[in-house]
Amino acid sequence: MADPTDAPQEPAGPEDVPEAELLHGVPVTYSRGQRVAHPSASELVDLVRTLHGEGWIQCLDLTAVDYLANPHRTLPASLDPQRFEVVVTLISHRERERLRLRVQVPEDEPVLPTLFEVHPGTEAMEREVFDMFGISFEGHPDLTRILMPEDWQGHPLRKDFALGRIPVQFKGAPSSR
Amino acid sequence: MTIAEDDHPAMSQTTDTDLTSEGAQEMEPRPIAGGVEVLREVGSVLRMSESEAEDGGPGTPDDGEEPDDAETTIINMGPQHPSTHGVLRLMLELDGETVLRTKPVIGYLHTGMEKTGENLTYLQGGTNVTRMDYASPIFNELVFCLAAEKLIGVDLPPRATWIRMLMAELNRLTSHFLFLATNGMDLGSSSMMIYGWREREEGLRILEAITGLRMNHNFIRVGGTAADLPDGWRERLAAYLQTIPERLEEYEALMTHQPIWRDRLQGVGTITTEEALALGATGPILRSTGYAWDLRRDMAHLAYDEVDFDVIVGTYGDSFDRYAIRLNEIRESMRILWQCIEKMPDGDYRVQDKKVTPPPRGRIDESMEALIHHFKIFTEGFKVPEGEVYAAVESPRGELGCYMVSDGSATPYRMHIRGPSFVNLQVLPHLMHGGLIADAVAIISSVDPIMGEVDR
Repeated sequence: MADPTDAPQEPAGPEDVPEAELLHGVPVTYSRGQRVAHPSASELVDLVRTLHGEGWIQCLDLTAVDYLANPHRTLPASLDPQRFEVVVTLISHRERERLRLRVQVPEDEPVLPTLFEVHPGTEAMEREVFDMFGISFEGHPDLTRILMPEDWQGHPLRKDFALGRIPVQFKGAPSSR
Repeated sequence: MTIAEDDHPAMSQTTDTDLTSEGAQEMEPRPIAGGVEVLREVGSVLRMSESEAEDGGPGTPDDGEEPDDAETTIINMGPQHPSTHGVLRLMLELDGETVLRTKPVIGYLHTGMEKTGENLTYLQGGTNVTRMDYASPIFNELVFCLAAEKLIGVDLPPRATWIRMLMAELNRLTSHFLFLATNGMDLGSSSMMIYGWREREEGLRILEAITGLRMNHNFIRVGGTAADLPDGWRERLAAYLQTIPERLEEYEALMTHQPIWRDRLQGVGTITTEEALALGATGPILRSTGYAWDLRRDMAHLAYDEVDFDVIVGTYGDSFDRYAIRLNEIRESMRILWQCIEKMPDGDYRVQDKKVTPPPRGRIDESMEALIHHFKIFTEGFKVPEGEVYAAVESPRGELGCYMVSDGSATPYRMHIRGPSFVNLQVLPHLMHGGLIADAVAIISSVDPIMGEVDR
């Protein structure tokens, strides 16, 4: 995979921030004025726990992106881009600010530790990411499919999952596959 | 003007009302314990797969806290149950009439709208997202367009922003009337169902007069709105708003002041602030616990910082508070709508940026270039610069967010909607725990989930 961090591909934006900015040792970038931290999989839970103590009391959103067809993106120079990226949005009501965390998840080992211990509200969102992208969350209490049927094959929001040619099937119906 | 504001540090300033001589008072959070400790975790959420349920019971309890298998019953409620607001299905573990654990089972309405969104242009995307939360379609279009506009970096003319705000508040009215209707129906007041529906339809007629459609409007477009407000909108909207206060008084008489209504709702399905925050709940569910958090006031988008309104909060976090909050939010939305009627600025209803806005109709007849430009915008769409953003608005159900990644083409590379109903549904097992099965319907109703948005 080409390393997009070599070339200066920063999209047009007024806020070019020195590379050195860190948040609890985690590199930080800015995207359209929004602060984005880039923890590694092992730093994620500790960072979220520390931030929780600092007033980032709610985890609003947890989702993922499959960068298979689009390896270009803005990342700090120290990080290798991976196929998947899990995106967590936290909010601090005191600061009235949101904070985005982007975690690189490799294709050959799509596993992250769960945020359930810090933010139980991520339970359904992690199940959705598991269902749609096949990323597992270690320590999740009930990691099962949430939107698709339990016996579904594949992960629909992956970019290599074809759109539209799969007949709708339910348990008990005769299968053509 | 308002595009990037909700994430901008400058917007984190507190407003005058929050400040005393000792600084910000109102929003200081109480000490919040770690998420798991504050939850009534043991015994609220039923975690059981379909096959386990077919085998006839919950998995072996390992902490000894759960009741004995032999004394509990697993029953299924929905997805075709008339009181589950569409296709919500619940697996309930009962001990006699008491609900012990609950598992919401969702996905019956899943149509892969996020995947579909990756294959539609930014112009077509509105028709897709508007079908998610079908009770408040304007908000879905709004958040989608705010995200796309943040990527492009366009500034809207003031009139476009105000039209959007007017549409959003009108939609909040119809959405809350729908809640009052279904909440009444779920609790056995079929008169309320008809009344709520009557007011909602009146509101939908105004939306139809403005957008051309009762629902799924695709009216808010990237760069503004699809059209200007029609002639006579002021009179029509004012006439509608004048009928409502009297009818809200009737609702108060019919429901709020009625002992049966209060008995059915007060103290039923309670939740604390800590639990609501830990579970990611937003909107009326969070506000019912006495926690004043409303994106319209606290992280103002559109022109909400230029209008006057109050954030309604409850005290006990029960079903009655959630009902009362929505009823009174109708009054606050009306205040905003009156101010929209008064202050609606003149000017353009969409940005005159040739990149995102098709040329006016008159130009198409005389200019070949305008015709080609028009054709290209509607077939190929316009390209959006690379990047990723998160935009959010306060929908009638809570924080509605849109996370959008662009690879520089005419379709979003990834479009994720953070549906408030999807996240709010997680509080359901905690609201139901320890209550009676007869209260389950009242509790589901008070969460006000819209399954189109839950399943997407």
